[in-house]
Order: sequence, then structure tokens, then C-alpha cells
Amino acid sequence: MELEKFYYDNRIVRNFSIAAIVFAIVAFLVGLWIALELRYPSLNGPYSWLTFGRLRALHTNAAIFAFVGNAMFAGVYYSLQRLLKTRMASDLLSNIHFWGWQLIIVAAAITLPLGYSTSKEYAELEWPIDIAIALIWVIFGVNMIWTILKRRERHLYVAIWFYLATWITVAVLHIFNSIELPVTFWKSYSVYSGVQDALVQWWYGHNAVAFFLTTPILGLMYYFVPKAANRPVFSYRLSIIHFWALIFIYIWAGPHHLLYTALPDWAQSLGVVFSIMLIFPSWGGMINGLLTLRGAWDRVRDSAVLKFFVVALTAYGMSTLEGPLLSTKTLNSIAHYTDWIPAHVHVGTLGWNGFMAFAIFYYMFPKIYNTKLYSEKLANAHFWIGTLGILFWALPMYFAGFTQSLMWKEFNPDGTLVYGNFLETVIELLPLYLMRAIGGALYLIGALLFVYNIIKTATSGKLVAQEEAEAAPLVGEYKKHKGEHWHRIIERKPIQLAIWSTIVILIGGAIEIIPTIFVESNIPKISSVKPYTPLELEGRDLYIREGCNACHSQMIRPFRSETARYGEYSKAGEFVYDHPFLWGSKRTGPDLHRIGGKYPNSWHYNHMWAPESMSPGSIMPKYPWMFSLEGNDGSLDISATQKKLQAMQTLGVPYTDEEIANWESTLNKQAEKIAADLNKDPNIDVEPNEEIIALIAYLQRLGTDIKNEPTSN
Amino acid sequence: MISSGIEIYPLISFILFFTFFILMLVFVFRQDKKHIQEMSNLPFEGDKNPLQ
Repeated sequence: MELEKFYYDNRIVRNFSIAAIVFAIVAFLVGLWIALELRYPSLNGPYSWLTFGRLRALHTNAAIFAFVGNAMFAGVYYSLQRLLKTRMASDLLSNIHFWGWQLIIVAAAITLPLGYSTSKEYAELEWPIDIAIALIWVIFGVNMIWTILKRRERHLYVAIWFYLATWITVAVLHIFNSIELPVTFWKSYSVYSGVQDALVQWWYGHNAVAFFLTTPILGLMYYFVPKAANRPVFSYRLSIIHFWALIFIYIWAGPHHLLYTALPDWAQSLGVVFSIMLIFPSWGGMINGLLTLRGAWDRVRDSAVLKFFVVALTAYGMSTLEGPLLSTKTLNSIAHYTDWIPAHVHVGTLGWNGFMAFAIFYYMFPKIYNTKLYSEKLANAHFWIGTLGILFWALPMYFAGFTQSLMWKEFNPDGTLVYGNFLETVIELLPLYLMRAIGGALYLIGALLFVYNIIKTATSGKLVAQEEAEAAPLVGEYKKHKGEHWHRIIERKPIQLAIWSTIVILIGGAIEIIPTIFVESNIPKISSVKPYTPLELEGRDLYIREGCNACHSQMIRPFRSETARYGEYSKAGEFVYDHPFLWGSKRTGPDLHRIGGKYPNSWHYNHMWAPESMSPGSIMPKYPWMFSLEGNDGSLDISATQKKLQAMQTLGVPYTDEEIANWESTLNKQAEKIAADLNKDPNIDVEPNEEIIALIAYLQRLGTDIKNEPTSN
Repeated sequence: MISSGIEIYPLISFILFFTFFILMLVFVFRQDKKHIQEMSNLPFEGDKNPLQ
């Protein structure tokens, strides 16, 4: 049969690679900055947009969607064309995908520091950007599926299954978790509330890790590790099992982020069981990757690419063993809310994602520039510095996690907490936070060596933008031979593969989420829990704007150590009007669910102005922009208050029309009352219209409603 | 408190996964060896200059 000549598009691969590398450095720099802020809290100066609360979201989004996202696209566009023996279906779609994605990243980089945030982790971007993400993601999918349809290779290699499953699942997750009601152009409320919002968020959040940071990278592993080792994958059978088992199980595991919370028990248990089962497909994949290097171990010594792959796979194995263990209720009760979790996450992102990306770029750049890597020695230096960086990052944080947990739970013989002041447990960690920042700096230095090496490599060659290739076309109907295995049919039929993958990933989500949303008995109502007042609602939006939930939880677990410290444990019925939920996932500072009424208004006023004045040694930043002091205008923006209340009413929060009509007088009355109370303090001079008043109103309301519950039951 | 038969969900989940997994194993291990080999060699097809 006559061979057809065609050209691989290397330019798009190069573009995504450059974007990934640029944003990698940005993500690492922001990470280093916020790590230092936890040690030196005044680093942000007077600037709100430099605080930990706002930049933490920028760091996570940059690392996940800008760095790993662009690296994934680069790898997918490179391998997909070669595995299908065809050029990408449409250069136009490739370019729209590329530029659209970069615009989204720029929009995120501007809006997040400005405080435009939905507060939902890894989904902080506001609704216009959410829509843009969905559109660009569809463009990527259309381009990929179209390319698959015009392929010259009949069977789809396993890497492509991973790409397809990634595309489908991320689309489903993103759309369902981002259903929100817009209030203004940059403000929306999640349609889900409280427990339901938490479950949907962690179904999304966990699977953002699973289907954005794991499955596409596994697909890349199945292509690039065999290519770099120059031998086929250890077991193709295992890769099939790996694929189906992984996508089936992963989607169920979200509730392990909510153990001991107000989430219904049955959903927690399902999350635990499926999380533990995840060890098997994950390790199957890791072993398959590592054993692909069998017989090539001698080359690992010299080849930086292979070294990066080995450590990446090892990090994958470590974090996928640790993850299921952390999902058991016993370990979770110790590790949740502590620094153990960031340690776990960073072994995954720095080790697995980062090192996979570096290996792939070290492999790809010489190929697309038709040259040799500028310096293997420098790449090896990068490898060692980077590995050291990961260790310096993770080990102090493990230590910090254990320390925190033990200190939080230690009791005196008389039944009181040994460290009753939360701050004592924070100050203990400061040296460890500094060591973590050093680890991050090392990793960044390694990455800078990488950038230099890649630039030198690129300039020593010339981009082969159109790489010539030849293959026979696919002609006619494929004749199915007798007794053919069913799976071969799926391997030939991408649409069927896509449909089956969709069914498999929908089962888990559906079984967990649908009953939680529709079965009312899951969330027992509490009659004394009432909607927020207009001022409190505005205060809550300030809490979201400043990203307070990045460091403070609002979910007291039913442990003696927590009820002794914070008060009554949190009930599902207390959050029914919380659009979105604000349970948080980390306690760098104390839980705030029962903060209401704990301190006088003036304490909060002084604390937000200068945390150290109330809590010496505190690592919380100052919030002077919420005050109309020293020439600053800290007035509360109430231009959208009515719209906000109406939006809440649409979402089912029982505000009456009358309450909404009278919002302004209600708001003013409450603000004046708080201001008058504050002004009794001779050192305070505050106007009712300052933001700090709204924030105090919200904080003082938190967790107080159940105290008004009738005692008859 | 639980009145809507919600305890059936964990059971359904277990049965679903178990059946799915066993069927998958059976099918995977019945696959033809030659085909498996072809599939695992896919990344190397069309290589003009295989790697060092």
C-alpha cells in the first residue's frame, strides 16, 4: 500500500512547553513567597494582594493548571500525533486551545490576588473564567477526538485512553462543581450549600488531583517511559487493568477529605473503602512504569531523563500509598488540618508531576529542535538539587504535622488542654516553616538550571516545526476476525471507549452525590439556624475575598480535643444557608466555627488591625485595608447587597421580600450598633461603613445559632 | 434518622465494583498474546532512528 506523507506539528508542542516552563517558575516563586510569609508574616507590607490568603490560590492554580496543565498539553500533542500517525486535526483549534488557555491563566493571575474568588479549592476562579475554561476544554476535546477519528493507526494505544478519560472526567467535574449563580460580573454563589457543597467540592477537588494531575500524566508515562528506555511497557495487560480500575475507583474517593465532618456517615465510609482500594491500581501503574526500565538500569546512572522518571514514579508510589493510609479514619483524625497534608500533596506535585514534566521536556526538546541536550551534566545537577529540594520541603512538614497534631490533642491530668492557646502550637512550627521554604528554594534553583539548559538546547538547534512522517492510510472497513476479543473492538472504536469511560466515572459520583442532595434525612434541619443578616453576608464575602479559609477551618470534629478547645462540634444542619461552604482544609490558625461571641468586638477590631497586639507571635497578616484609617478608604461596598440577597433567595435561602426590600436599614442598624460598641473603647474610632464592621458582624455570628435552640429535645 | 433505605448504597457500590473488576480481569487475561505484543509496540512504529 502506498505510504502517505504528512507532517507532525511541533510548533504547538513547543508553545505549550514554553508556557509550562514559564508558569512553572511563576508557580514556584509564588510558592516560595507564601512559604516565607508563614515565617515572616509582615512580608506583604501594606498590600492586600500579596497576602497568603489571596496568593495561596494563585500558587495552587499556577502549579496545577498553568504548569502541569501546559506540560500535559505539550506531551499530549506530541504523543497523540505520533501514536495515531497523523497531524493534529486542526491547527486553528490547536492555536485557539493554546492562546485561550494562556488567557485564562492571565485572568486567574489578575483576579485571584485582587480577591475575586469563589473560595472553593482549585476552583477559585469566578464564573466568567469558569465559562472560558469550559469552552477551551471543549476545543481541546474536539481537536483530540477529531484527530483520533482521522488517524492512520487502527488501534488506540493505552496512553490515548488515559487522555480521553481525562478529557471527559475533567469536563464533568468542572461543570458540576462550577454551577453557580452570578450576582455581578466578578461575584457568584455556589448553587449548593453546606454539606452538599462540601461533597461536590471534594468530589471535584479529589478528582482534580486524580484526573488532572494523575491520569493524563500516567498516559504520558505509558508513552514517554517506553520511548526513553527504548523498550515496550512491562505489561500491556496490566496497563488495561490499571486504566479501568483506576478510573472506576478514583471517582468515589472524594469523601475522604471530609472524614469526621458533618458529611453523612455512609458517604464517609464509601470514601474510605474506595480510597484504600486505590492502592492496587496505583501501584499496578507504578510497578508497570518502573519495570519498563528492566534491563535499562545501567542507563539510569547516566541518563538524567531516566533518573527523573524513576524518582517521579517512586514519588507517585509513595503518595499513592500514603493517600489511602491517610484516608483511614485513624490516620485521618491525626493528619487532617495539619501540615502533613501539604507534605503529602507536595511529594505528589513536586515529585510526580514536576519530575515527570522535567523528564518529558528533557526528552522532547532535543527531538523537536533536532539537536542534543546542551548539558547532560547540568540536567543531572538539576535532578540532585530538585530531589534534595523535595526532601527539604516534605520532611520538615511531616515533622510539623506530627508536632501539631500531638500538641492539639495533649491533655493535662485534670482534663484541660496542655496547649490551650492555639498560638503555642504555631510558634513551635516556625523553624520548620523556614526549612520548608529552603526546600522550595532548592527546587526553584534546580528548575532555573533546567530553564538555562533548555534555552541552550533550543538555541543550539532549530525548531523542526513541520516534522515529516509517513504511514499507510486506514482504508475500508476493518474485518472483524472470528472469536475476536471484545476489548479489541473498544481499542478500535474511540467513541465506544469514550462512552464506556463516561459511564464508569459517572457511577461513583452519582451514587455518592445524588442521595446527599435529594434525600432530606441526610441533613437534619435545626430550627434555630437562620440566614445571615445583610451585614453578615457582606462580612462573609470579605472572609471569602481575603481567603481566610486557606488557614482557618469552620468544622469542629467530634473529638474531645476539639470540643474542649473550640466548643460544640459542628452539625450538618448549621450550614444549610452557606453558599458556598467554608469548612476549609487546613488549620494554620485555629478553627473559627464557634468564634462568635468568644471575644468582644474590640478584640476582633484590634486583631485584624494588628494580630500581634492581641496574639503575640501570631503569623497572621495585618488587614489595614479594611479600616478607614491613615488615609485609607476602607468603606464597605454595598452596591450589590440587594442583588446578593436576591440571589440567595433564588438559591432557597428563606429571605422574605420584605427583608430584602429593607436591607439597607437592617444593615445600617446592625453596623451602627457594632460601631457604637467599638467606639466605647477610647483607643478606637470607627465609622459604621467600614469593612471591618461587616467582618466583625460575620465573625460574631459564626456558630452561635444552635445556642438559641429550644432545649425541649 | 435514616429512613430512606440509604444503607443500600454501600452494598450496591461493592457489588458493582466487584463484578466490574472480575469481568475485567477475565477479559484481560483471555486476550490474545500476539495482539498484546502489537499494542505494546505501538509507540515504536514509524521510528526512523530509534533512540540510542
